[in-house]
Amino acid sequence: MSIAQPTDAPAAGSSPAGRRTGAGSGQPANTKRGKPHYGIHLFLIVLAVMWLIPLVWTIFTALRPKADTDKYGYFSFGGSFNFDNFTQAWTQGGFAQYAWNSALITIPSVVLVLFFASMMAFAVSRVSWKFNVTLLIMFTAGNLLPPQVLAAPLFEMFKLLPLPYSVSDSGSLLNTYISVIAVDTAFQIGFVTFVLSNYMKALSPELTEAALVDGAGIWRQYWSIILPLCRPALAAMGTLEVIFIYNDFFWPLLFLQSGDRLPLTTAVNNLQGQFLSNYNLIAAGAMITAIPALVIYLLLQRHFVAGLTLGSSKG
Amino acid sequence: MSTLSKTSPGGVRRTAAPRTGRVRRLSRRDKWVLSFMVGVPTLIQLVLVWIPTLLSAALSFTRWNGLSLDDIKPAGISNYEFIAENYPPFWPAVQHNVLWLVFLAVIATPLGLLLAILLDQNIRGTKIYQSIFFTPVMLSLALIGVIWQLFYNRDSGLLNFLLGTAGTPQAVDWFGDSGVNIWAALIAATWRHAGYVMILYLAGLKGVDPTLREAAQIDGANAVQTFFRVIFPAMRPVNVIIIVITVIESLRAFDIVYVINRGTNGLELISALVIQNLVGEGQVIGVGSALAVILLVISLVPITFYLSRAFGKDKEA
Repeated sequence: MSIAQPTDAPAAGSSPAGRRTGAGSGQPANTKRGKPHYGIHLFLIVLAVMWLIPLVWTIFTALRPKADTDKYGYFSFGGSFNFDNFTQAWTQGGFAQYAWNSALITIPSVVLVLFFASMMAFAVSRVSWKFNVTLLIMFTAGNLLPPQVLAAPLFEMFKLLPLPYSVSDSGSLLNTYISVIAVDTAFQIGFVTFVLSNYMKALSPELTEAALVDGAGIWRQYWSIILPLCRPALAAMGTLEVIFIYNDFFWPLLFLQSGDRLPLTTAVNNLQGQFLSNYNLIAAGAMITAIPALVIYLLLQRHFVAGLTLGSSKG
Repeated sequence: MSTLSKTSPGGVRRTAAPRTGRVRRLSRRDKWVLSFMVGVPTLIQLVLVWIPTLLSAALSFTRWNGLSLDDIKPAGISNYEFIAENYPPFWPAVQHNVLWLVFLAVIATPLGLLLAILLDQNIRGTKIYQSIFFTPVMLSLALIGVIWQLFYNRDSGLLNFLLGTAGTPQAVDWFGDSGVNIWAALIAATWRHAGYVMILYLAGLKGVDPTLREAAQIDGANAVQTFFRVIFPAMRPVNVIIIVITVIESLRAFDIVYVINRGTNGLELISALVIQNLVGEGQVIGVGSALAVILLVISLVPITFYLSRAFGKDKEA
């Protein structure tokens, strides 16, 4: 604990400006920071370029008509650049349908996950009863299982559960969006419950005690007091879950048999067969699949990273 | 973050104790509400996660073609014997899973840590670098398989062009050649994993008390010593989560190999073998379930490790 601590502590916090002022104070630790990092920059630039190559190559291929690549070769700049591959994938490749399917699966799943997990988190963190830790362990462990472990019984359960043909054309839960939504929800509840319960535990007990004195029941404490206070955590978890469930490949692959019901992430698997060796179209399809996740990330970056780190800061 | 670590289960009980003393009686309505709030999620979790897991274990000791429930016949441990002795892809799959784990642990995770350390120094453009390295984390592993297919392709892929082998007999079919495709898939998986590790460690590094760093430097420790002796141990909660994520991700690895070639021809993984035995020609539910149980038993190691850290008594304080 040096005397310099008060001035240095904010500098080491995170803001670049703060650090630079720290360097000016002439501390031995900070003079090193003031030096330009040519070596580090060189290393990072090389790595960043390598990191971008696959994506840039995909965009480049997607923007070129197949006729031009056939004529000039894949490794050329000849010909024109346009969005024809995107429109073709969207209209003829069925991507409009796949995108709709993704929304039909992702939106209900995320809403259900947040609703059930917040209730469960409230019950285990704000009410003291016998089995709350046991249940929380069960929920957390469930999220960590590899999905393949429970695939067979789930598949058979859904297959053997009869539904009227008016509801499901397979006569069972198989090949319905409900099957995917149900399992995605069940699988993600564990993680969100764990994170939200940590968040709720950190809220002062006086908050709900005051309400209790005023005669508020459990539901009111949950819905009107705790849930609004959890808004930052709910936003973070919501963003994270949208990405997680949108990116889920396995459950739709297992449960949905008609190809036109698949969400984008799972349908992308069929690209090679669907577009044969038209790599320009495959690239466009891959970009279309990437866009929703990238847009969400760019818009809600802060929430997304907050969600990831909120989930990992315990342990 | 420090507030969260304070509120471990132990801490809750401590704060909860005086509350119960204050005569806190739940009304009948509250009890109903509470049983709904706990009951519904628990029921979902039991029916769709834990009961199927137990059923997997039960089915692994049976022979079943998946048609009618009456056809289920007891089989003892014969499925396990079959897997160990007469199922050619099993041992390669185990090797590949181990290789996957070692590669992520030795290459991808340290690379992510290195990126975090470099980007934590507030150099110019750190946000841009972070975004670049983090972008693949947004993408599903299935999509990553497709994107890298374009990069690795034998005739039209960028890599063979950059190596100058495109169009020649020396051109390597990176995803098709059973000798190299696991490495190609691992590099594609690293593309995502390193960014994930980076962002978690960046958050971890911000949480480290800055006075620790100063104290070490005043004591004459150089940057490397400071990191390994002081900063790294201080990030224990993040280290735990990184270990768990690395192990679990390597056990769960499935999407990318399935997109490449359904987990065949050099890309066998236990998770892919489970699915091959469940769907497709001649369902062998018993064998698929036995493979699932093997995967489950291995997974319980990192899961137990994590749970004991997350829910065990706080030893740090």
